[in-house]
Amino acid sequence: MAGVAVSTTINGDHVEYLCQPDETLLEVLRDRLGLTGAKEGCGTGDCGACSVIVDNRLVCSCLVLGAEAEGRQVETIEGMAHGDRLHPLQQKFLEHAALQCGICTPGFLIAAKDLLAKNPDPTEEEIRFGLAGNLCRCTGYDKIVRAVQDAASVMRG
Amino acid sequence: MNFDPRLTNRSFTSVGTRPIRPDGIDKVTGRARYGADFNMAGQLVGRVLRSPHAHAVIRGIDTAKAEALPGVKAVITAADLPDLTNGDGALYDILDNCIARKKALYDGHAVAAVAAIDARTARQALKLIEVDYEVLPHVTDVDEAFQHGAPLINEAIFTEGLEEKPVKPSNVHKRTQYGHGDIHKGFSEADFVIERSFRTEQTHQGYIEPHACVASVSSDGMAELWVCTQGPFVYRQHCAQLLGMEASKLRVTSSEIGGGFGGKTHVWAEPVALALSRKAGRPVKLVMTRDEVFRASGPTSATSIDIKIGARKDGTITAAEATLRYSCGPYAGMWAEVGAMTAFACYRLDNVRTVGFEVLVNRPKTAAYRAPSAPMAAFAVESTIDELAGKVGMDAVDFRIKNAAQEGTRASYGPVYGPIGIGPTLEAVKNHPHMQAPLKKNQGRGMACGFWFNFGGQTCVDLNIGMDGSVSLAVGTVDVGGSRASLSLVAAEELGIDYAQVKAIVADTSSLGYNDMTDGSRGTFSSSMATISAARNAIKVLRERAAQMWDIPADDVVWEKGHALAKGEKYGNLSPLSLKEIAAQSGTTGGPIAGHSELVADGAGVSFATHICDIEVDPETGATRVLRYTVVQDAGKAVHPTYVEGQYQGGAAQGIGWALNEEYIYGKDGRLQNAGFLDYRIPVCSDLPMIDTQILEIPNPNHPYGIRGVGETSIVPPLAAIANAVSNAVGVRMTHIPMSPPRILAALEASTSAQKSESIFGKHDA
Repeated sequence: MAGVAVSTTINGDHVEYLCQPDETLLEVLRDRLGLTGAKEGCGTGDCGACSVIVDNRLVCSCLVLGAEAEGRQVETIEGMAHGDRLHPLQQKFLEHAALQCGICTPGFLIAAKDLLAKNPDPTEEEIRFGLAGNLCRCTGYDKIVRAVQDAASVMRG
Repeated sequence: MNFDPRLTNRSFTSVGTRPIRPDGIDKVTGRARYGADFNMAGQLVGRVLRSPHAHAVIRGIDTAKAEALPGVKAVITAADLPDLTNGDGALYDILDNCIARKKALYDGHAVAAVAAIDARTARQALKLIEVDYEVLPHVTDVDEAFQHGAPLINEAIFTEGLEEKPVKPSNVHKRTQYGHGDIHKGFSEADFVIERSFRTEQTHQGYIEPHACVASVSSDGMAELWVCTQGPFVYRQHCAQLLGMEASKLRVTSSEIGGGFGGKTHVWAEPVALALSRKAGRPVKLVMTRDEVFRASGPTSATSIDIKIGARKDGTITAAEATLRYSCGPYAGMWAEVGAMTAFACYRLDNVRTVGFEVLVNRPKTAAYRAPSAPMAAFAVESTIDELAGKVGMDAVDFRIKNAAQEGTRASYGPVYGPIGIGPTLEAVKNHPHMQAPLKKNQGRGMACGFWFNFGGQTCVDLNIGMDGSVSLAVGTVDVGGSRASLSLVAAEELGIDYAQVKAIVADTSSLGYNDMTDGSRGTFSSSMATISAARNAIKVLRERAAQMWDIPADDVVWEKGHALAKGEKYGNLSPLSLKEIAAQSGTTGGPIAGHSELVADGAGVSFATHICDIEVDPETGATRVLRYTVVQDAGKAVHPTYVEGQYQGGAAQGIGWALNEEYIYGKDGRLQNAGFLDYRIPVCSDLPMIDTQILEIPNPNHPYGIRGVGETSIVPPLAAIANAVSNAVGVRMTHIPMSPPRILAALEASTSAQKSESIFGKHDA
C-alpha cells in the first residue's frame, strides 16, 4: 500500500509525513510524530481524549484521516503553552485540581480553548454542554467547570 | 465536628494546605506518559484474538496461515503459556482468563494472540487464525445461573460453605454468612417488617485509558514491563509466576495511570504481551481497544438481593436479614461475601444475618470497582431502611440516627468499632441547608449512607536527602489522583520543611521493596504512614550528624521546624542547623542521609459517608435529572483537601451513572451489545450539577496524623440516595438499578394501573 505524502502545519511548525490512506490523524500524531499528548480512549469519537483543533474547528483526531491534514493548521496540546508560560486554562486546571488521573486533561484543555475562543463568557450551562463531548471518569466535572469559569474570567481580563 | 480533641491536639503546617501537585505541569502539557505513550526500539504490535461465543469448547486452533503472513513475528495460544500454577486455583483462573485453555467462557475471552511489525499486519493475522469451536449453552443472568438446571460453567464447582457438600456441581461457587444474635426472635419483636427484592446490573469502571503495556523479554531471561497498573508489584508477581520467571528478573514500571478504580488491579493482557515478546525475541506493545476493555477486562457484579428489616414503633430496628447473589464472571470470587459484610455495617443491630452466594456466569471475570460490592448492598439496604422509616412514621435521617453504629458497636461483619463517622455524617446532613431547600413538582429528595472498610497493607518508602537539602521521596503506591502531592505534604510536615523542597515519585519494582496495590483506599493512608516513619528515621540521622558537627552527644539534639537544635543552656552559643546545612556536610559526616520504612499499615480506619440528592423525573419520558448533590464524608484528616473533595465528587458521579444509566446489555446470543462509550454511556459534563462536599475529620486513632482512606466510600451511597429520591418523586419504590427511562416509565405505568384497580375494588393500603 503506497503512502500518502502530507504537508501540513502543526502548532505553527511546518511538518511533512507519509501515512497510509486509512491511518487516522491520531495515529499519525502519536505513532509517526511522537505527539502523544492526544490520547486514544475509544477510537470512535465518543470520549474526546484525542481532541485537536483543525483550522479553528474542534475535532476528534481519531475520526480524521492523517491525509486530511494536508494544507491545514493543526493545534494540539503540545502547542498550548508558550515556552514555559502556561495557557490560563492550563494554569487554572492546576490551581483548581481539575484533573485526577489526567488522561482526559489534554482533550478537555483543547475543547475548553475552542469553547472560549467562540464564547469568551460562557454560562455554567454553556460550559457543561460545550464540554459534553469529553469524558472524565475521575472528577465528576465540578472542578473542571470551575477551572474553565476562572480561566475565562482571567482571559477576559 | 472537625478534629476530635480526645485523640489529638496536633496542629499542622503543611498537611491541610492545597498546593499544586508535582506531576501537574506534565499532565496539562501532554508530556505525562501513560500506558500507551511508551515505545521501545524495534517494538512489535500485539493483538489478541477473542472468542465471539459466550461458552464454547475450543477443539483446536490452527495458526499456520497467520504465522506464514509476512510481518508476523509470533503467534501464541494457551500452549505458549503452559500451566505453571502448581495447584494454585486462583492463579490458574488468572492464567485461564489471560488466554483460554479448554473452553471460551465469555464473549471476548482471549484465545490467541499475535505480534507483527504493525497494527495492520497484526489485524490481518488475527483473521487468518482458525479456531474450531463447539458452542455450548450459556447463561449470563445471575438469577438464571443460580437456578438448578442452568448451563454449567465449570463442572468442578461444588458449592462451598454448605453444611454438606452437594452431590451435583452448580454455578454457585460459595455460600458465606455473617451476623450475630437471633433474627427470628428479632423479627418477632418487630411492629413493622419490610421485605423487598432488588436487582442491580453490571457496570464497568469506565476508566478513560484502555489497558496498555510494552513487554520486553531478553534472551538471557531478563524482562521489562512498562504498564498502566494500580499495582506494579502484584503485576510483577503474577506475570513472573505465569511465565516461570524469578520476580527479580522482571522489572515492572508503572506508567501514569489513566484511571483504574479497581479495574487495573488484575493482570489481563500483560502475561500475553510477555509471552509474545519471549517468542518473537522483540519488545511488544499491546494496547486494548475500548471494545476489548468492555468485553474482556473486569466489570463489577450484577446482583440480586433480598432484604428484610423489622422495627418497633419507637423506630428501633429489631432484626435485619440480607441474601445476596453476586455474579463473578466464569471464575470463583468473593464479591457476594464482601457485599454480605458491608450490607448492614452502618447500623447498630442486635440481630442480623447476611448470606452471600458467589454465582458463576458467562460474562467477563468480575473485578474490583471502587468499594467493590458495597454500593449494591447499600442500595438494597438503604432503600428498605427508607421505606421502613416511612412505615414507622419517622424522618429518614432521624430513623438512621437512632439506629446508627457508634464507637463500641459490634459491626454486623464482626469487629467492634472504634471512633467512627456515621453518626456525625448523619447529624451534618440533618443540619445541612440542602435538606431544607424547597422542591417542585416531579422533584424528589433522597439520602443514604455508605460504608467501606479501607485497607492498609504492605508498604515501603525511601526518603533520600540530597546534598542541596532537597528531599526525594520514592513510594511504591501508584498515584491515581494526587497522592504524590499528599505524600510530599506529609514528608514536609514531618521534616518541618517546605512542600516545594520535596519531590515524590512512584518507584519501579526493582528500586523499592514490595508494595501492595493502590486499592482499598490505601494509597495516602499507608504510604503516609510509611513516609512519616521514614522521615522520623531520617531525622534521627540528621540529629546525629548535627551532633557530630557540633561535637556534642546526639541525645542533646532535638529536631524542630526543619532544624537541629542543641538543647540546654550550655549550648546557647550554637545556632540551629537547618536540614540544608546538615545535608551540605553529609559527605564528610558519614555519607548520604536517608530514611527508609518498611511496614504493614495496620489500622485503616473504617469510613462512612452520607449523601443527599435532589432529582427531577420527566413523567412523559421517564428521564431523570440530578438537580443538586451533597456528599458528607469522614476523612480522618484531609491531607490535601482539594483532592479529598475530588475523590468525593468523582465517586458520587460514578454512582450517579450507575444509578441512572450504566449497564451491560447482553443479547440472547450471550454477546455484549453495548461495548463502547456511545452505548454504554457514562455521565458527561451536561448530565451533572456541581457536587457539593463537606469533609468531616474524625481522626483515625491508628494513624499518627489521624488519616483515613477517602477514595472509595463516596461511590457507596449514590445508588440508594438516588433511588430514594426517585421513589419520593414518583411515589413508587424503585428496585432495579439502573433506573433508566424505560424502567421508570414501566414503574409509573404499573403504579397507575395498580391505583386504578384499587379504586375499582375500593382497596386502601394501611
